[in-house]
Amino acid sequence: MYEFEFKRPGTIADAVAAIGAEEAQLLGGGQTLLPTMKQRLAAPAVLVSLGGISEMQGVCTDDAGRICVGGGTTHAAVSAATAESYPALSHLAGHIGDPAVRNRGTIGGSLANNDPAACYPAAVLASGANVVTNTREIAADDFFEGMFTTALNDGEIITEVKFPVPVAASYQKFLQPASRFALTGVFVAKFAGAVRVAVTGASEDGVFRWSEAEAALSADFSPDAVDGLSVSADGMIADMHGSAAYRANLVKVLTKRAVSAC
Amino acid sequence: MTQVTMTVNGKSVSGSVEGRTLLSDFIREGLRLTGTHVGCDTSQCGACVVHVNGQPVKSCTMLAAEAEGADVKTIEGMANADGSLSTIQQAFQDHHGLQCGFCTPGMVMSASALLAENPTPSEAEVRAYLEGNICRCTGYHNIVKAIMAASGQDVAAVAAE
Ligand SMILES: Cc1cc2nc3c(=O)[nH]c(=O)nc-3n(C[C@H](O)[C@H](O)[C@H](O)COP(=O)(O)OP(=O)(O)OC[C@H]3O[C@@H](n4cnc5c(N)ncnc54)[C@H](O)[C@@H]3O)c2cc1C
Ligand code: FES
Ligand code: FES
Repeated sequence: MYEFEFKRPGTIADAVAAIGAEEAQLLGGGQTLLPTMKQRLAAPAVLVSLGGISEMQGVCTDDAGRICVGGGTTHAAVSAATAESYPALSHLAGHIGDPAVRNRGTIGGSLANNDPAACYPAAVLASGANVVTNTREIAADDFFEGMFTTALNDGEIITEVKFPVPVAASYQKFLQPASRFALTGVFVAKFAGAVRVAVTGASEDGVFRWSEAEAALSADFSPDAVDGLSVSADGMIADMHGSAAYRANLVKVLTKRAVSAC
Repeated sequence: MTQVTMTVNGKSVSGSVEGRTLLSDFIREGLRLTGTHVGCDTSQCGACVVHVNGQPVKSCTMLAAEAEGADVKTIEGMANADGSLSTIQQAFQDHHGLQCGFCTPGMVMSASALLAENPTPSEAEVRAYLEGNICRCTGYHNIVKAIMAASGQDVAAVAAE
């Protein structure tokens, strides 16, 4: 890892000032960025830690009943705080990587990174959550722009994520045991008016909504409702762990499992 | 260079570190506490697990500067005050929960965090909690057995599959 200047501001305002420096980068839990820097795939001159900003920590509920998670909240803290209020989200956060990763990794870092196999993007997209930054609020549908790409501008900080709570929801992660990420994962969220289905780990464009399944499940919320549908293998990720066709099939299988578990 | 101060195994320590100094390096090179092992340095193996403010973390994937003011516990802080092995350490010995011993510091730190959180875990819970601790020798059965035994449970049923 190349040397850098380390900064640990105590407020969002001070972090915004610090990130303005030449070649500065934000540090969340470091569970992705530090391994990347060790490989010299990232070499910031200044690293601005968000770990000392208490206003970005913790989970609360707003007047609209949405669960508001501070951008610097660890996976372990989210899992503990949402066990009653949003069990599917709690379960997802509680099954990211392993306990040590969950004690450092943060929701903001996971969303900013937008790994195509990451878990949180599926929850955010299926819940129709809003990603709040130091400058604006971005709807989930506008946030994810493809593998490792988001609507965030340089130096923009995810300060909070606001989750509407579905009537029922389930995240089904088909584990890739070596990386402990999702080989493919499906998050189904059933709201009073509609159903949203978000898929991670499958597409080369990153997390996406399976709209045919959403329509079918909105009409009939049962596992059988997606029987007649098929997912095209075009544009699906293919690697040593699974072919494109295998992942396309997993999308359907996991959607059915998620609906059954709701 | 930045000056960091933290509590390690109950003692206040300080030292000057570069921004890039990992907590594992500060512990091993700075404090000469070499019980914390670095197996992979890529966040996969868990040999480097220590407790920071009571929670297990991979010390190879945390900057020393991030531990400013923290309460850190390493494997050197696990034995009883009189120097005898803690219940968990003794159980690893009794149940042959190690062979080469390289993964053991991380295993013991993870196990003690698990038992603090969940004093009588099921076998499945033990295995799930050790997801991030890799052992290339034992096949895990005796590690799981040791942790179950340390929690005061009957381990006769934890047979090799
Ligand atoms: C062994 C292992 C297993 C894992 N398994 C899984 C898994 O199963 N599922 C899963 O989803 N993830 C998994 N991860 C990734 C983990 O969840 C990371 O914590 C996460 O992807 C990055 O979060 P972080 O807080 O560590 O961010 P960092 O690594 O600190 O940063 C990642 C990127 O986000 C930026 N950033 C950080 N915080 C913010 C913010 N608040 N606003 C804007 N930008 C920010 C950084 O500049 C950097 O570019 C795993 C990681 C490891 C090491
Ligand atoms: S040395 Fe830290 S996880 Fe392997
Ligand atoms: S005892 Fe050798 S790696 Fe676990």
